[in-house]
Amino acid sequence: MTLAALSAGLLVLGTGIGSAGFEGMLAPLLDPAADPAQAAMARQIVWEIRLPRTLGAWLAGALLGLAGALAQGLFRNPLADPYLLGSAAGASLGVALALAAMGGAAGMLGGSMRSAATVGLSSSDIWVRLGFTGAAFAGAVLAVVLTLALARGVQHTLRLLLAGVIVGVVLGALSSLVLLFSPDSLQAMQAFMLGSTGFVGWSACALMAGAWLLTASAAWLLARALDGLALGEATARSLGLALGPLRAALVAALALATGTAVAQTGLIAFVGLAAPHLVRAAFSLPHRRLVLLASLMGGVLLTAADLLARALIAPQELPVGILTAVLGGGYLLWLMHRRGGHLGTGGLH
Amino acid sequence: MPDTSTAPKNRTVHWLLLLLALLLATPARALDLTDDRGVRITLDAPPQRIVSLLPSLTETVCHLGQCHRLVGVDRYSNWPEAVHRLPQVGGGLDPSIEAIVALRPDLVLAGTSMRAIARLEALGVKVVALEPRTHADVRRVLGKVGVLLGVDDAQRVWREIDAGVSAAAQSLPAQVQGTRVYFEVNRGPYGAGEASFIGETLARLGVRNILPATLGPFPKLNPEFVVRANPDLIMVGARDGAELHNRPGWGAIRALREQRVCSFAPAEAEVLVRPGPRMAEAARLMARCLADKAPRGAQRAAP
Repeated sequence: MTLAALSAGLLVLGTGIGSAGFEGMLAPLLDPAADPAQAAMARQIVWEIRLPRTLGAWLAGALLGLAGALAQGLFRNPLADPYLLGSAAGASLGVALALAAMGGAAGMLGGSMRSAATVGLSSSDIWVRLGFTGAAFAGAVLAVVLTLALARGVQHTLRLLLAGVIVGVVLGALSSLVLLFSPDSLQAMQAFMLGSTGFVGWSACALMAGAWLLTASAAWLLARALDGLALGEATARSLGLALGPLRAALVAALALATGTAVAQTGLIAFVGLAAPHLVRAAFSLPHRRLVLLASLMGGVLLTAADLLARALIAPQELPVGILTAVLGGGYLLWLMHRRGGHLGTGGLH
Repeated sequence: MPDTSTAPKNRTVHWLLLLLALLLATPARALDLTDDRGVRITLDAPPQRIVSLLPSLTETVCHLGQCHRLVGVDRYSNWPEAVHRLPQVGGGLDPSIEAIVALRPDLVLAGTSMRAIARLEALGVKVVALEPRTHADVRRVLGKVGVLLGVDDAQRVWREIDAGVSAAAQSLPAQVQGTRVYFEVNRGPYGAGEASFIGETLARLGVRNILPATLGPFPKLNPEFVVRANPDLIMVGARDGAELHNRPGWGAIRALREQRVCSFAPAEAEVLVRPGPRMAEAARLMARCLADKAPRGAQRAAP
């Protein structure tokens, strides 16, 4: 309840924070007769930029929070985060390749390679959209598929973890290699790695909302399996849970949620790891509610971080990934100290 | 191109001896110079085997007519054409120390923040670190490289470059003065502010930059700031030019409404962002963009 209220509050606040720090846009909106030009501008800024951006931040955070809760439940490891299956490294590689394929000219700083293979330009919107968002999503999903192939399915949690780590390291190295030969992509790449909600519009919001509905309902249906897993694999089996298919479905939901969020907003750190912990630290819950609350918490965390990112040094922006780490980490530390170092791990022992 | 590797070895040796004799015959002028780190470098004679690790320094050496003294360049040096034949020693930030030392350079030109410098100096290689960032830096670096190479018309070369920038500015119609420009260096969005090298060139052309100097040279912006500043014209790299329309709310910017966007191809973008001797060419590129696309005073383009 509190979280939902907080989300709504932040959403309202989000419409008031723009490039000059806090500036109310309501006055010209409520009194359009006073200055029609000003009102039109205000309407456009609020409707086309601030609202989708704030909502997008919330949705991306919700997807990451959800994915984090799923990952921690699936791996029975409180340190698991949504990027564990290699999706972050895969998305990075996708974006790095897209940037390099575009001749690196997505950036203008640095020199481009003499031998840079420049792909024929088509200025069609679809190509460009697929250029970054599509490449990131495809990369994330392919990386998860690769991890699953290496782990030979989802039967062994440990093998899955190990495969995910290996895929992450190898793909990460590959994207570094790509960037080495396309140095002017570096800055654009860094922006992606630190995450940004700057260019989230209504279409991106719609995509994320769709993915969130899909994955949240999947998580709601699969939560029993997570509860069972929390008691150990043997116990889960004895409860009559078909672990294989359930795990596969969980991994699919995890990959879809992470891939969608990463494609729209880049690699935002720590939300997926911290949100489930923050919820667990407050209450001990069955997974069904934990997953949804973690999702709400992720939304709140990322929206708050995004507002700060916009407001602190306006009109410049801080990369939101830096703030999520500071905010989430600080809050978590405070909770730990308040509870005498004992974090409720929600039956993850 | 004559291939000397097939010549008998002793001929090469003779040739080198002859060169050495010539070098010794010329009165050795000891060079004394303080680089941008504040380090004093003493050279016994003008360097003949130079490795450059920064594209703008490579261009400076060649612009002073001394391309033949370069024996190696970094991965990103690609102008003028002559440097394509030289061995590459890796990138400025990740050079191969071994490859540099193997070229037996009597001078390495580097940027001030390169980690390789300490290692090279420990190996007895002379390094001069220079950091061109602004127009004034380009002039200073040109002077210092001129001193190093024993070229005494470096200041004349600078005056030519400077005159080139002024000529580009004067070529513009008066109505273009005061056009409000946003120059995007990449899709962070990072823009080029008044404090940057690019911003200085824009100022010389008499246009107004929407990013004041207080924001620093290349600020990462809130995209909304650009929408509200509503620039008359946008300069951007070719690949980003195509996707400006997809950014939420950007369709309302005057520059996009009236198709006043200059998308620069990668090779042009390189000229624009390198603080080096091609700054007059950069000014001409921007002037051409302004002449083509900037709104003329009160005259509005058809929507």
